Amino acid sequence: MSVIELKNIEKIYFDEDVETHVLRGVSFNINAGEFVAIMGPSGSGKSTLLHILGFLDRHTKGEYRFEGKTIDDYSDEELAHIRNKKMGFIFQAFNLLRRTTVLENVKLPLLYSGIKESKWSDMAKIAIEAVGLSHRLGHEPSQLSGGEQQRVAIARALVNNPEVIFADEPTGNLDSKSGKIVMDILQKLNEEKGHTIVLITHETNTAQHAKRIIRVRDGVIENDDLVRRRLTNGEFVK
Amino acid sequence: MILHGLKTALTGLKTNKSRTILTILGIVIGVTAIILIASLGQGAQNLILGEIQGIGSKTIGISPGRQPKGLSDMASTLTDSLKQKDADALNKKENVPHASDIMPLVFSSQNATFENQSYQPTIYGVSPLFAKIYDVTPEEGNLFDDEDVKSYANVVVIGSKVKDELFGNDNALGQKIKIKGQNFKVIGILGKKGQSALVNFDTAAILPYTTAQQYILGIKYFNRIVVQADSEANVDVTVQDIKTTLRNNHDITDPTKDDFFVETQADAMKSVSTVTDVLTLFLISVAAISLVVGGVGIMNIMLVSVTERTREIGLRKALGATRGNIMTQFLLEATVLTTVGGLIGILLGAGFSYLIAVILSKALNLDWGFAFPVSASIIGIGVSAAIGLVFGLYPARKAAKKSPIEALRYE
Repeated sequence: MSVIELKNIEKIYFDEDVETHVLRGVSFNINAGEFVAIMGPSGSGKSTLLHILGFLDRHTKGEYRFEGKTIDDYSDEELAHIRNKKMGFIFQAFNLLRRTTVLENVKLPLLYSGIKESKWSDMAKIAIEAVGLSHRLGHEPSQLSGGEQQRVAIARALVNNPEVIFADEPTGNLDSKSGKIVMDILQKLNEEKGHTIVLITHETNTAQHAKRIIRVRDGVIENDDLVRRRLTNGEFVK
Repeated sequence: MILHGLKTALTGLKTNKSRTILTILGIVIGVTAIILIASLGQGAQNLILGEIQGIGSKTIGISPGRQPKGLSDMASTLTDSLKQKDADALNKKENVPHASDIMPLVFSSQNATFENQSYQPTIYGVSPLFAKIYDVTPEEGNLFDDEDVKSYANVVVIGSKVKDELFGNDNALGQKIKIKGQNFKVIGILGKKGQSALVNFDTAAILPYTTAQQYILGIKYFNRIVVQADSEANVDVTVQDIKTTLRNNHDITDPTKDDFFVETQADAMKSVSTVTDVLTLFLISVAAISLVVGGVGIMNIMLVSVTERTREIGLRKALGATRGNIMTQFLLEATVLTTVGGLIGILLGAGFSYLIAVILSKALNLDWGFAFPVSASIIGIGVSAAIGLVFGLYPARKAAKKSPIEALRYE
């Protein structure tokens, strides 16, 4: 079943009569359980694409169906609820709250979920366990390495057990070793827990953790292919 | 959500301690001032009311003229409508059955001399009931009696200050002081009562009212007639009886044409309360301006906070926060900020007014009690919270309107 269906999506920015065509008709489907990497040089429109996929931005033309329903029918508030329940986000800059413990950071999405507060701690601890940071519960982001911070962000994305996880250049601020750990975790989540993952990257190495790569250039899809040689635990596999 | 928001807000305030303190300073000062004023106003009111009550709640005062409608109307009390025949009529049991004591009163301010010393005492022309009504008896000598009143006796009882000014440490009893060219024999000296009394008898020269009318004031009327009811319960009846009697005496049928007015203890207390209440309210509204200034400060710092936390807002939105959630968060923060300020203000205000109460009662020997203004405190908290809501609204709306991608991109 397709979780995400895009049909001729266009995104035009209007800035004082100047139109900027960022996406010029993008169509693809993403099925539940897929691990897709969207690649492209900077300015190609890949970030805009991710923002549209994650309801952070609205498309100008075309149709976007999420779980079979066109998102034009939803209000901003409903989109916020779907984002909260069905989507997880991982950013290049981690975006953890400063002076806030790992546990509290991971709880953040639960705050908007309508789930009882008494369950928050347990849910957050399970998510933190999944990224192997149970020994860091009470630490603040400033006391963690970049790799650990990104793992906290992954735990935060996981805490609501979302359908899709969007990762925007998750290894962009990390050294290669930490980046590999982060990618391994994402891959594991996809393979073992069945989370659909949409990854944005410009690094081929990173993209090769995915099962499928969509290449974007100048607002159109240049190429949409399955990955033949996947990188798993540092080894290429068929 | 709200509870969690409160916790988050409090944590946020703790992490930015010095900024928090500076931000809420305006609110703290405003609320402190309000509590201080309200407390001192209450203290002053209690003090004055206590003094009035000291005169006795059974006391009724009859003044000539109409009840003054305002300061410029004071002249309306300066009439000669209360005369001896009124006092006589009131003294008749069948007219005012519940009146136990009736005392005519005249007063003025005149120069008194003894040898080459001179002083200006307040002249009170009274009857011997004076001692009972005002609960004052001479420390030395005696008060005059009814005979002295009937015979226009040239006798005087002087207050402690008058004695000091005219006689120093010398013996005053039996000496003659001169007022308006007449000699008056000092037959009594009052003990020192101090400033605390509503009517200060330290500076008084007390004479039989007949004497004062005849030799000092040259008038045939009274400035006041003081009546005491036989019990508190009978005060209202007595007031009615007095009015009826005086109207009969003055041939008045239309009560609006009364040429006298009757005031009870309760009336006096009410008018004092009104005056102090209005004064307190006025001062409080001046202090309230500083609250508004404080509110602007809150708005300012909240706007800075919204800008600083643009990324956080974007993140929260990306994680599923709705506009309402963000709005609530920032409104809560502003409200928590001002409410904390209000609480500190109440504590400081109460502390200062307690200190002032202690100092006033110690240094000035006033019977000044500390009054914690409960209603002002509740209003203070309420107003602080409201200021947080009002001045937090604009920054909160600004925060809620931020687009998540703009916010996340913000460096």
